Amino acid sequence: MTADKTDLGDLYQEIILEHSKAPRNYRKPAAANQEAEGYNPLCGDRCAVYINMDGDAIRDIGFQGSGCAISRASASMMTQILKGKTRAEASELFEQFHKLVTGEEKTVANASDLGKLAAFAGVSKFPARVKCATLAWHTLQSALDDKPDSKHDPVSTE
Amino acid sequence: MSTAVDRTGLGSAALDVEQIRRDFPILDQTIHGKRLVYLDNAATSQKPRAVIDAIVRYYQHDNANIHRGVHTLSMRATEAHDEARETVRHFIQAADASEIVFVRGATEAVNLVAETYGRANVSAGDEVLITAMEHHSNIVPWQMLCEEKGAHLRVAPMNDAGELELDAFEKLLSPRTRLVAVAHVSNALGTVNPVRKIVQLAHAHDVPVLVDGAQAVPHLPVDVQALGCDFYAFSGHKVYGPTGIGVLYGKEEVLAEMPPYQGGGDMISSVTFEKTTYNVVPYKFEAGTPDIAGAIGLGAALNYVMGLGMDRVAAHEHELLEYATEVVGGLPGVRLIGTAKERAGALSFTLDHVHPHDLGTILDREGVAIRTGHHCAQPVMDRFGIPATARASFAVYNTKEDVDALAKGIRAAREVFA
Repeated sequence: MTADKTDLGDLYQEIILEHSKAPRNYRKPAAANQEAEGYNPLCGDRCAVYINMDGDAIRDIGFQGSGCAISRASASMMTQILKGKTRAEASELFEQFHKLVTGEEKTVANASDLGKLAAFAGVSKFPARVKCATLAWHTLQSALDDKPDSKHDPVSTE
Repeated sequence: MSTAVDRTGLGSAALDVEQIRRDFPILDQTIHGKRLVYLDNAATSQKPRAVIDAIVRYYQHDNANIHRGVHTLSMRATEAHDEARETVRHFIQAADASEIVFVRGATEAVNLVAETYGRANVSAGDEVLITAMEHHSNIVPWQMLCEEKGAHLRVAPMNDAGELELDAFEKLLSPRTRLVAVAHVSNALGTVNPVRKIVQLAHAHDVPVLVDGAQAVPHLPVDVQALGCDFYAFSGHKVYGPTGIGVLYGKEEVLAEMPPYQGGGDMISSVTFEKTTYNVVPYKFEAGTPDIAGAIGLGAALNYVMGLGMDRVAAHEHELLEYATEVVGGLPGVRLIGTAKERAGALSFTLDHVHPHDLGTILDREGVAIRTGHHCAQPVMDRFGIPATARASFAVYNTKEDVDALAKGIRAAREVFA
Protein backbone atom coordinates (compact mmCIF):
# COMPACT_ATOMS: atom_id res chain seq x y z
CA MET A 1 0.00 0.00 0.00
CA THR A 2 1.06 3.61 -0.39
CA ALA A 3 0.83 4.96 3.15
CA ASP A 4 -2.34 7.07 2.97
CA LYS A 5 -3.80 10.10 1.27
CA THR A 6 -1.63 12.54 3.22
CA ASP A 7 1.87 13.87 2.59
CA LEU A 8 3.18 10.49 3.65
CA GLY A 9 1.66 8.93 0.55
CA ASP A 10 3.37 11.60 -1.56
CA LEU A 11 6.70 10.72 0.01
CA TYR A 12 6.45 6.95 -0.13
CA GLN A 13 5.12 6.57 -3.65
CA GLU A 14 4.71 3.01 -4.90
CA ILE A 15 7.66 3.29 -7.27
CA ILE A 16 9.91 4.58 -4.46
CA LEU A 17 8.94 1.74 -2.15
CA GLU A 18 9.46 -0.74 -4.95
CA HIS A 19 12.97 0.52 -5.77
CA SER A 20 13.92 0.65 -2.08
CA LYS A 21 13.01 -3.01 -1.71
CA ALA A 22 14.65 -4.14 -4.94
CA PRO A 23 17.26 -1.56 -5.91
CA ARG A 24 18.52 -1.72 -9.51
CA ASN A 25 22.22 -1.68 -10.42
CA TYR A 26 23.16 -2.50 -6.83
CA ARG A 27 26.63 -3.63 -7.84
CA LYS A 28 30.10 -2.51 -8.75
CA PRO A 29 30.40 -2.86 -12.53
CA ALA A 30 33.47 -4.90 -13.42
CA ALA A 31 34.58 -2.21 -15.83
CA ALA A 32 34.08 0.67 -13.39
CA ASN A 33 36.90 3.18 -13.81
CA GLN A 34 35.65 6.04 -11.64
CA GLU A 35 34.03 5.95 -8.23
CA ALA A 36 33.26 7.93 -5.11
CA GLU A 37 31.92 7.32 -1.64
CA GLY A 38 29.22 9.47 -0.09
CA TYR A 39 28.46 9.81 3.57
CA ASN A 40 25.83 11.62 5.59
CA PRO A 41 27.49 12.12 8.99
CA LEU A 42 24.24 13.11 10.68
CA CYS A 43 22.43 9.86 10.01
CA GLY A 44 25.27 7.54 9.06
CA ASP A 45 23.95 6.76 5.58
CA ARG A 46 26.61 5.58 3.15
CA CYS A 47 26.56 5.32 -0.60
CA ALA A 48 29.24 4.34 -3.09
CA VAL A 49 28.73 5.17 -6.79
CA TYR A 50 30.72 3.36 -9.48
CA ILE A 51 30.79 4.45 -13.09
CA ASN A 52 32.31 3.19 -16.27
CA MET A 53 33.01 6.29 -18.36
CA ASP A 54 33.38 5.93 -22.09
CA GLY A 55 34.84 9.26 -23.12
CA ASP A 56 32.23 11.77 -22.01
CA ALA A 57 29.42 9.25 -21.65
CA ILE A 58 28.34 7.07 -18.73
CA ARG A 59 28.43 3.59 -20.21
CA ASP A 60 27.58 1.76 -16.97
CA ILE A 61 26.79 2.80 -13.42
CA GLY A 62 26.09 1.02 -10.12
CA PHE A 63 25.86 1.81 -6.45
CA GLN A 64 26.21 0.14 -3.05
CA GLY A 65 25.62 1.28 0.50
CA SER A 66 23.23 1.45 3.40
CA GLY A 67 20.48 3.94 3.99
CA CYS A 68 16.78 4.62 4.24
CA ALA A 69 14.14 3.87 1.62
CA ILE A 70 14.41 7.35 0.14
CA SER A 71 18.17 7.21 -0.29
CA ARG A 72 18.13 3.66 -1.71
CA ALA A 73 15.31 4.39 -4.14
CA SER A 74 16.95 7.63 -5.20
CA ALA A 75 20.25 5.90 -5.89
CA SER A 76 18.55 3.06 -7.72
CA MET A 77 16.47 5.32 -9.98
CA MET A 78 19.42 7.62 -10.54
CA THR A 79 21.49 4.77 -11.96
CA GLN A 80 18.64 3.86 -14.32
CA ILE A 81 18.24 7.32 -15.77
CA LEU A 82 21.95 8.03 -16.14
CA LYS A 83 23.02 5.13 -18.33
CA GLY A 84 24.17 6.56 -21.66
CA LYS A 85 24.03 10.18 -20.47
CA THR A 86 26.91 12.60 -20.87
CA ARG A 87 28.60 14.40 -18.02
CA ALA A 88 26.73 17.63 -18.85
CA GLU A 89 23.38 15.84 -19.08
CA ALA A 90 23.97 14.20 -15.72
CA SER A 91 24.77 17.54 -14.08
CA GLU A 92 21.68 19.09 -15.63
CA LEU A 93 19.52 16.25 -14.31
CA PHE A 94 20.97 16.67 -10.81
CA GLU A 95 20.13 20.35 -10.93
CA GLN A 96 16.54 19.57 -11.91
CA PHE A 97 16.27 16.83 -9.32
CA HIS A 98 17.62 19.11 -6.62
CA LYS A 99 15.06 21.77 -7.46
CA LEU A 100 12.34 19.16 -7.41
CA VAL A 101 13.14 17.75 -3.95
CA THR A 102 13.77 21.13 -2.36
CA GLY A 103 10.51 22.47 -3.75
CA GLU A 104 12.25 25.14 -5.77
CA GLU A 105 10.59 23.75 -8.89
CA LYS A 106 6.89 23.92 -8.14
CA THR A 107 5.57 21.94 -11.06
CA VAL A 108 6.81 18.57 -12.09
CA ALA A 109 6.19 19.54 -15.73
CA ASN A 110 9.16 21.89 -15.57
CA ALA A 111 11.29 18.92 -14.66
CA SER A 112 9.97 16.64 -17.34
CA ASP A 113 13.45 15.34 -18.23
CA LEU A 114 13.41 13.56 -14.89
CA GLY A 115 10.77 11.08 -16.03
CA LYS A 116 10.06 8.60 -13.23
CA LEU A 117 12.21 10.62 -10.85
CA ALA A 118 9.30 13.06 -10.63
CA ALA A 119 8.03 10.64 -7.96
CA PHE A 120 10.44 12.35 -5.56
CA ALA A 121 8.47 15.61 -5.62
CA GLY A 122 6.89 14.61 -2.30
CA VAL A 123 10.28 14.92 -0.57
CA SER A 124 9.91 18.71 -0.70
CA LYS A 125 7.29 18.47 2.06
CA PHE A 126 9.86 16.72 4.27
CA PRO A 127 12.86 19.08 4.45
CA ALA A 128 14.64 16.73 6.85
CA ARG A 129 14.71 14.10 4.12
CA VAL A 130 16.19 16.15 1.27
CA LYS A 131 19.67 14.91 2.16
CA CYS A 132 18.47 11.32 1.90
CA ALA A 133 17.24 11.95 -1.64
CA THR A 134 20.37 13.78 -2.78
CA LEU A 135 23.15 11.69 -1.20
CA ALA A 136 23.54 9.48 -4.29
CA TRP A 137 23.58 12.49 -6.60
CA HIS A 138 26.22 14.31 -4.57
CA THR A 139 28.25 11.13 -4.66
CA LEU A 140 27.73 10.88 -8.40
CA GLN A 141 29.15 14.36 -8.91
CA SER A 142 32.21 13.37 -6.97
CA ALA A 143 32.51 10.18 -9.01
CA LEU A 144 32.28 12.16 -12.24
CA ASP A 145 35.10 14.40 -11.02
CA ASP A 146 37.12 11.38 -10.01
CA LYS A 147 40.31 10.80 -11.92
CA PRO A 148 40.03 7.40 -13.56
CA ASP A 149 41.15 4.55 -11.29
CA SER A 150 42.09 6.71 -8.30
CA LYS A 151 40.78 6.83 -4.73
CA HIS A 152 39.03 9.67 -2.90
CA ASP A 153 37.93 10.52 0.60
CA PRO A 154 34.17 10.14 1.07
CA VAL A 155 32.11 13.15 -0.02
CA SER A 156 29.92 14.44 2.80
CA THR A 157 26.45 15.95 2.74
CA GLU A 158 27.55 18.35 5.48
CA MET B 1 13.00 29.12 48.04
CA SER B 2 15.51 26.58 46.91
CA THR B 3 14.05 23.75 48.90
CA ALA B 4 12.28 20.99 47.06
CA VAL B 5 8.71 20.73 48.24
CA ASP B 6 6.80 17.49 48.10
CA ARG B 7 3.99 18.83 45.93
CA THR B 8 2.25 15.56 45.46
CA GLY B 9 1.45 14.83 49.06
CA LEU B 10 1.51 11.19 48.04
CA GLY B 11 4.50 10.04 50.04
CA SER B 12 5.76 6.94 48.34
CA ALA B 13 2.64 6.56 46.22
CA ALA B 14 2.59 6.92 42.46
CA LEU B 15 2.88 10.24 40.62
CA ASP B 16 -0.14 12.06 39.24
CA VAL B 17 1.14 12.12 35.68
CA GLU B 18 -1.88 13.96 34.28
CA GLN B 19 -1.18 16.77 36.72
CA ILE B 20 2.51 16.70 35.78
CA ARG B 21 1.66 16.93 32.08
CA ARG B 22 -0.17 20.19 32.78
CA ASP B 23 3.09 21.59 34.18
CA PHE B 24 4.64 21.33 30.68
CA PRO B 25 2.98 23.88 28.38
CA ILE B 26 4.58 22.47 25.21
CA LEU B 27 2.80 19.14 25.57
CA ASP B 28 -0.56 20.80 24.96
CA GLN B 29 -0.43 20.78 21.17
CA THR B 30 -1.10 18.64 18.14
CA ILE B 31 1.42 17.63 15.48
CA HIS B 32 -0.04 16.89 12.06
CA GLY B 33 -3.44 16.81 13.74
CA LYS B 34 -2.37 14.22 16.32
CA ARG B 35 -1.69 14.58 20.04
CA LEU B 36 2.03 15.29 20.55
CA VAL B 37 3.77 12.21 21.94
CA TYR B 38 7.25 13.34 22.86
CA LEU B 39 9.60 10.38 23.18
CA ASP B 40 12.90 12.08 22.38
CA ASN B 41 13.79 12.98 25.94
CA ALA B 42 17.29 11.55 25.75
CA ALA B 43 18.03 14.25 23.17
CA THR B 44 16.44 16.94 25.27
CA SER B 45 13.58 17.07 27.73
CA GLN B 46 10.72 19.56 27.74
CA LYS B 47 10.61 22.35 30.32
CA PRO B 48 8.05 22.78 33.08
CA ARG B 49 6.42 26.15 33.60
CA ALA B 50 8.45 26.55 36.81
CA VAL B 51 11.65 26.68 34.75
CA ILE B 52 10.29 29.00 32.08
CA ASP B 53 8.88 31.30 34.78
CA ALA B 54 12.13 31.34 36.76
CA ILE B 55 14.07 32.49 33.70
CA VAL B 56 11.48 35.15 32.83
CA ARG B 57 11.36 36.33 36.45
CA TYR B 58 15.13 36.61 36.57
CA TYR B 59 15.29 38.74 33.43
CA GLN B 60 12.31 40.86 34.43
CA HIS B 61 13.32 41.51 38.04
CA ASP B 62 16.84 40.54 39.00
CA ASN B 63 19.09 40.67 35.93
CA ALA B 64 22.58 41.98 36.70
CA ASN B 65 26.12 40.66 36.56
CA ILE B 66 27.20 38.59 39.53
CA HIS B 67 30.12 38.79 41.95
CA ARG B 68 30.94 42.42 41.18
CA GLY B 69 28.26 44.94 41.95
CA VAL B 70 27.36 46.42 45.30
CA HIS B 71 23.97 47.36 43.96
CA THR B 72 20.80 45.51 44.82
CA LEU B 73 20.22 43.77 41.50
CA SER B 74 23.76 42.40 41.42
CA MET B 75 23.35 41.07 44.92
CA ARG B 76 20.03 39.46 44.01
CA ALA B 77 21.50 37.89 40.89
CA THR B 78 24.54 36.65 42.83
CA GLU B 79 22.34 35.19 45.51
CA ALA B 80 20.10 33.43 42.98
CA HIS B 81 23.15 32.03 41.19
CA ASP B 82 24.64 30.79 44.49
CA GLU B 83 21.31 29.26 45.39
CA ALA B 84 21.23 27.36 42.09
CA ARG B 85 24.69 25.94 42.86
CA GLU B 86 23.48 24.81 46.25
CA THR B 87 20.43 23.19 44.62
CA VAL B 88 22.73 21.24 42.29
CA ARG B 89 24.84 20.16 45.25
CA HIS B 90 21.76 18.88 47.00
CA PHE B 91 20.49 17.17 43.83
CA ILE B 92 23.62 15.03 43.42
CA GLN B 93 24.42 14.90 47.15
CA ALA B 94 27.83 16.50 46.84
CA ALA B 95 29.60 17.36 50.08
CA ASP B 96 30.08 21.03 49.28
CA ALA B 97 28.74 23.59 46.78
CA SER B 98 32.32 24.48 45.84
CA GLU B 99 32.53 21.10 44.14
CA ILE B 100 29.91 22.19 41.60
CA VAL B 101 31.38 23.83 38.48
CA PHE B 102 28.91 25.36 36.05
CA VAL B 103 29.69 24.61 32.41
CA ARG B 104 27.72 24.61 29.15
CA GLY B 105 26.80 20.96 29.33
CA ALA B 106 28.14 17.46 29.84
CA THR B 107 30.29 17.80 26.73
CA GLU B 108 32.09 20.83 28.12
CA ALA B 109 32.44 19.13 31.49
CA VAL B 110 34.29 16.19 29.93
CA ASN B 111 36.44 18.51 27.82
CA LEU B 112 37.27 20.58 30.90
CA VAL B 113 38.59 17.52 32.70
CA ALA B 114 40.52 16.35 29.63
CA GLU B 115 42.11 19.74 29.13
CA THR B 116 43.02 20.39 32.76
CA TYR B 117 43.28 17.21 34.77
CA GLY B 118 44.12 15.20 31.66
CA ARG B 119 46.88 17.47 30.41
CA ALA B 120 48.43 17.67 33.86
CA ASN B 121 48.33 13.95 34.58
CA VAL B 122 48.51 12.02 31.31
CA SER B 123 51.90 11.55 29.64
CA ALA B 124 53.33 9.58 26.73
CA GLY B 125 52.63 5.86 27.12
CA ASP B 126 49.86 6.40 29.67
CA GLU B 127 46.34 5.10 29.18
CA VAL B 128 42.80 6.42 29.47
CA LEU B 129 40.18 3.72 29.88
CA ILE B 130 36.63 4.14 28.57
CA THR B 131 33.88 1.67 27.62
CA ALA B 132 32.44 0.47 24.33
CA MET B 133 29.12 2.21 25.00
CA GLU B 134 30.29 5.80 25.33
CA HIS B 135 28.71 8.79 23.61
CA HIS B 136 31.09 10.58 21.21
CA SER B 137 31.45 13.32 23.83
CA ASN B 138 33.10 10.83 26.18
CA ILE B 139 35.35 9.42 23.45
CA VAL B 140 36.63 12.31 21.36
CA PRO B 141 38.04 14.52 24.17
CA TRP B 142 40.11 11.53 25.34
CA GLN B 143 41.24 10.73 21.82
CA MET B 144 42.38 14.34 21.42
CA LEU B 145 44.20 14.19 24.74
CA CYS B 146 45.84 10.85 23.92
CA GLU B 147 46.93 12.12 20.52
CA GLU B 148 48.43 15.25 22.05
CA LYS B 149 50.29 13.32 24.74
CA GLY B 150 51.19 10.15 22.89
CA ALA B 151 48.95 8.22 25.30
CA HIS B 152 46.63 5.30 24.49
CA LEU B 153 42.85 5.04 24.64
CA ARG B 154 41.68 1.68 25.95
CA VAL B 155 38.12 0.47 25.50
CA ALA B 156 36.41 -2.01 27.82
CA PRO B 157 34.06 -4.28 25.84
CA MET B 158 30.37 -5.00 26.34
CA ASN B 159 28.41 -8.18 25.76
CA ASP B 160 25.57 -8.78 23.30
CA ALA B 161 23.02 -7.43 25.77
CA GLY B 162 24.91 -4.14 25.92
CA GLU B 163 26.32 -4.71 29.40
CA LEU B 164 29.86 -3.77 30.35
CA GLU B 165 32.12 -6.81 30.76
CA LEU B 166 33.45 -6.05 34.22
CA ASP B 167 36.15 -8.73 34.21
CA ALA B 168 37.58 -7.38 30.98
CA PHE B 169 37.29 -3.88 32.36
CA GLU B 170 39.28 -4.82 35.43
CA LYS B 171 41.98 -6.49 33.34
CA LEU B 172 42.36 -3.29 31.32
CA LEU B 173 43.22 -1.32 34.47
CA SER B 174 46.99 -1.16 34.24
CA PRO B 175 49.79 0.68 36.03
CA ARG B 176 49.64 3.12 33.11
CA THR B 177 45.93 3.90 33.48
CA ARG B 178 45.55 7.54 34.49
CA LEU B 179 41.79 7.95 34.25
CA VAL B 180 38.60 5.95 33.75
CA ALA B 181 35.73 7.70 31.93
CA VAL B 182 32.41 5.88 31.85
CA ALA B 183 28.76 6.59 31.14
CA HIS B 184 26.41 6.11 34.08
CA VAL B 185 23.61 5.32 31.61
CA SER B 186 24.21 4.61 27.92
CA ASN B 187 22.36 7.06 25.68
CA ALA B 188 22.02 4.59 22.82
CA LEU B 189 21.19 1.43 24.79
CA GLY B 190 19.77 2.57 28.11
CA THR B 191 22.24 0.34 29.98
CA VAL B 192 22.85 1.38 33.58
CA ASN B 193 26.49 0.77 34.37
CA PRO B 194 27.55 -0.52 37.80
CA VAL B 195 29.33 2.74 38.56
CA ARG B 196 29.95 2.03 42.21
CA LYS B 197 31.68 -1.22 41.36
CA ILE B 198 33.63 0.45 38.56
CA VAL B 199 34.83 3.14 40.95
CA GLN B 200 35.88 0.52 43.52
CA LEU B 201 37.87 -1.39 40.92
CA ALA B 202 39.51 1.76 39.56
CA HIS B 203 40.31 3.17 42.99
CA ALA B 204 41.90 -0.13 43.96
CA HIS B 205 44.39 0.75 41.21
CA ASP B 206 44.56 4.40 42.33
CA VAL B 207 42.81 5.50 39.16
CA PRO B 208 40.29 8.34 39.34
CA VAL B 209 36.92 8.00 37.62
CA LEU B 210 34.87 10.45 35.59
CA VAL B 211 31.20 9.53 35.22
CA ASP B 212 29.18 10.91 32.31
CA GLY B 213 25.79 11.25 33.98
CA ALA B 214 23.96 13.06 31.17
CA GLN B 215 21.50 10.19 30.70
CA ALA B 216 21.35 9.21 34.37
CA VAL B 217 20.33 12.28 36.35
CA PRO B 218 16.93 12.63 34.64
CA HIS B 219 16.01 9.05 35.52
CA LEU B 220 17.77 7.93 38.70
CA PRO B 221 18.50 9.41 42.12
CA VAL B 222 22.23 10.15 42.04
CA ASP B 223 24.49 10.40 45.09
CA VAL B 224 28.04 11.21 44.02
CA GLN B 225 29.43 10.48 47.47
CA ALA B 226 27.85 7.04 47.52
CA LEU B 227 29.17 6.38 44.01
CA GLY B 228 32.59 7.57 45.12
CA CYS B 229 33.45 8.97 41.69
CA ASP B 230 35.98 11.77 41.31
CA PHE B 231 34.09 13.62 38.58
CA TYR B 232 30.44 13.59 37.54
CA ALA B 233 29.19 15.43 34.45
CA PHE B 234 25.67 16.24 33.29
CA SER B 235 23.66 18.63 31.12
CA GLY B 236 20.81 20.77 32.41
CA HIS B 237 18.60 20.48 29.36
CA LYS B 238 18.15 16.72 29.65
CA VAL B 239 16.80 17.10 33.18
CA TYR B 240 14.08 19.69 32.45
CA GLY B 241 16.44 22.67 32.58
CA PRO B 242 17.45 25.10 29.83
CA THR B 243 20.06 24.43 27.16
CA GLY B 244 23.51 25.96 27.56
CA ILE B 245 24.00 25.06 31.22
CA GLY B 246 25.52 21.95 32.71
CA VAL B 247 27.51 20.73 35.65
CA LEU B 248 30.89 19.29 36.39
CA TYR B 249 31.11 17.87 39.88
CA GLY B 250 34.61 17.22 41.14
CA LYS B 251 35.90 16.18 44.54
CA GLU B 252 37.23 19.32 46.16
CA GLU B 253 40.75 17.99 46.69
CA VAL B 254 40.91 16.91 43.03
CA LEU B 255 39.57 20.21 41.70
CA ALA B 256 41.91 22.19 43.92
CA GLU B 257 44.97 20.48 42.42
CA MET B 258 43.85 20.99 38.83
CA PRO B 259 45.18 23.80 36.64
CA PRO B 260 42.58 26.33 35.52
CA TYR B 261 40.52 25.86 32.36
CA GLN B 262 39.96 29.15 30.52
CA GLY B 263 41.53 32.46 31.48
CA GLY B 264 39.53 35.61 32.10
CA GLY B 265 37.49 37.48 34.63
CA ASP B 266 36.06 35.81 37.73
CA MET B 267 38.60 32.96 37.66
CA ILE B 268 41.32 35.09 39.24
CA SER B 269 41.88 36.54 42.67
CA SER B 270 44.49 39.06 41.53
CA VAL B 271 46.09 40.03 38.25
CA THR B 272 49.19 42.07 37.48
CA PHE B 273 51.06 41.92 34.21
CA GLU B 274 53.73 39.91 36.00
CA LYS B 275 51.59 37.39 37.82
CA THR B 276 48.04 36.16 38.19
CA THR B 277 46.73 34.35 41.23
CA TYR B 278 43.87 32.05 40.43
CA ASN B 279 40.61 32.08 42.31
CA VAL B 280 39.49 29.19 44.49
CA VAL B 281 37.29 26.36 43.26
CA PRO B 282 34.82 26.39 41.60
CA TYR B 283 35.45 29.93 40.30
CA LYS B 284 38.88 28.95 38.98
CA PHE B 285 37.03 27.04 36.24
CA GLU B 286 34.39 29.66 35.50
CA ALA B 287 36.07 32.43 33.54
CA GLY B 288 33.85 35.21 32.26
CA THR B 289 30.24 36.05 32.93
CA PRO B 290 28.47 32.72 33.28
CA ASP B 291 25.03 31.69 32.02
CA ILE B 292 23.32 33.18 35.07
CA ALA B 293 19.78 32.70 33.80
CA GLY B 294 20.66 29.16 32.75
CA ALA B 295 21.92 28.26 36.22
CA ILE B 296 18.78 29.72 37.79
CA GLY B 297 16.63 27.80 35.31
CA LEU B 298 18.55 24.62 36.11
CA GLY B 299 18.01 25.20 39.82
CA ALA B 300 14.27 25.56 39.19
CA ALA B 301 14.28 22.34 37.14
CA LEU B 302 16.06 20.35 39.83
CA ASN B 303 13.74 21.71 42.51
CA TYR B 304 10.85 20.65 40.31
CA VAL B 305 11.99 17.02 39.99
CA MET B 306 13.08 16.83 43.61
CA GLY B 307 9.60 18.08 44.48
CA LEU B 308 8.17 15.14 42.60
CA GLY B 309 10.73 12.88 44.26
CA MET B 310 13.46 11.25 42.19
CA ASP B 311 12.55 7.84 43.63
CA ARG B 312 9.04 8.19 42.30
CA VAL B 313 10.24 9.58 38.96
CA ALA B 314 12.54 6.56 38.65
CA ALA B 315 9.75 4.15 39.60
CA HIS B 316 7.32 5.67 37.09
CA GLU B 317 9.86 5.60 34.27
CA HIS B 318 10.94 2.07 35.14
CA GLU B 319 7.35 0.93 34.80
CA LEU B 320 7.04 2.73 31.46
CA LEU B 321 10.26 1.21 30.16
CA GLU B 322 9.12 -2.26 31.18
CA TYR B 323 5.80 -1.68 29.45
CA ALA B 324 7.49 -0.34 26.30
CA THR B 325 9.93 -3.25 26.26
CA GLU B 326 7.01 -5.67 26.36
CA VAL B 327 4.73 -3.84 23.90
CA VAL B 328 7.31 -2.64 21.36
CA GLY B 329 9.58 -5.66 21.83
CA GLY B 330 6.59 -7.90 21.13
CA LEU B 331 5.78 -6.33 17.77
CA PRO B 332 6.63 -8.44 14.72
CA GLY B 333 9.91 -7.40 13.08
CA VAL B 334 11.17 -5.44 16.09
CA ARG B 335 14.68 -6.20 17.38
CA LEU B 336 15.59 -4.53 20.65
CA ILE B 337 19.14 -3.17 20.72
CA GLY B 338 20.35 -3.20 24.31
CA THR B 339 18.73 -5.72 26.59
CA ALA B 340 20.77 -5.19 29.73
CA LYS B 341 19.24 -6.29 33.02
CA GLU B 342 19.61 -2.77 34.37
CA ARG B 343 18.25 -0.16 32.01
CA ALA B 344 16.88 3.35 32.27
CA GLY B 345 15.42 6.01 30.07
CA ALA B 346 15.67 4.66 26.55
CA LEU B 347 14.49 1.85 24.33
CA SER B 348 16.55 1.35 21.17
CA PHE B 349 15.35 -0.91 18.39
CA THR B 350 15.37 -1.73 14.71
CA LEU B 351 12.42 -2.78 12.56
CA ASP B 352 12.83 -5.36 9.79
CA HIS B 353 12.66 -3.88 6.29
CA VAL B 354 12.12 -0.36 7.62
CA HIS B 355 15.08 1.96 8.02
CA PRO B 356 14.96 4.03 11.24
CA HIS B 357 14.72 7.29 9.27
CA ASP B 358 11.66 6.12 7.42
CA LEU B 359 10.17 4.97 10.70
CA GLY B 360 10.95 8.37 12.25
CA THR B 361 9.20 10.20 9.42
CA ILE B 362 6.13 7.98 9.60
CA LEU B 363 5.94 8.28 13.40
CA ASP B 364 6.21 12.06 13.14
CA ARG B 365 3.07 12.08 11.03
CA GLU B 366 1.42 10.22 13.90
CA GLY B 367 2.53 12.95 16.29
CA VAL B 368 5.21 10.72 17.80
CA ALA B 369 8.69 12.22 18.17
CA ILE B 370 11.57 9.77 18.47
CA ARG B 371 15.25 9.92 17.60
CA THR B 372 16.65 7.92 14.72
CA GLY B 373 20.26 7.51 13.71
CA HIS B 374 23.49 6.58 15.42
CA HIS B 375 22.80 8.69 18.53
CA CYS B 376 26.37 10.05 18.53
CA ALA B 377 27.49 6.57 19.46
CA GLN B 378 28.80 5.11 16.21
CA PRO B 379 31.03 2.54 17.94
CA VAL B 380 27.89 1.17 19.63
CA MET B 381 26.19 0.82 16.24
CA ASP B 382 29.29 -0.92 14.86
CA ARG B 383 29.30 -3.28 17.85
CA PHE B 384 25.77 -4.41 16.97
CA GLY B 385 26.47 -4.40 13.22
CA ILE B 386 23.79 -1.85 12.38
CA PRO B 387 24.02 1.64 10.90
CA ALA B 388 21.32 3.17 13.05
CA THR B 389 18.48 2.53 15.48
CA ALA B 390 15.18 4.08 16.41
CA ARG B 391 15.18 5.25 20.00
CA ALA B 392 12.22 6.07 22.19
CA SER B 393 13.24 7.77 25.40
CA PHE B 394 11.09 8.63 28.35
CA ALA B 395 10.47 11.41 30.82
CA VAL B 396 8.28 11.80 33.87
CA TYR B 397 5.38 13.17 31.77
CA ASN B 398 5.16 10.13 29.49
CA THR B 399 2.35 7.63 29.84
CA LYS B 400 1.42 4.15 28.69
CA GLU B 401 -0.82 5.84 26.11
CA ASP B 402 2.35 7.37 24.65
CA VAL B 403 3.85 3.89 24.35
CA ASP B 404 0.64 2.66 22.70
CA ALA B 405 0.83 5.53 20.18
CA LEU B 406 4.41 4.51 19.43
CA ALA B 407 3.37 0.90 18.90
CA LYS B 408 0.53 1.98 16.62
CA GLY B 409 2.94 4.06 14.55
CA ILE B 410 5.39 1.17 14.25
CA ARG B 411 2.59 -1.04 12.95
CA ALA B 412 1.64 1.66 10.44
CA ALA B 413 5.24 1.87 9.25
CA ARG B 414 5.36 -1.87 8.75
CA GLU B 415 2.25 -1.67 6.59
CA VAL B 416 3.77 1.03 4.40
CA PHE B 417 6.74 -1.21 3.74
CA ALA B 418 4.82 -4.49 3.68
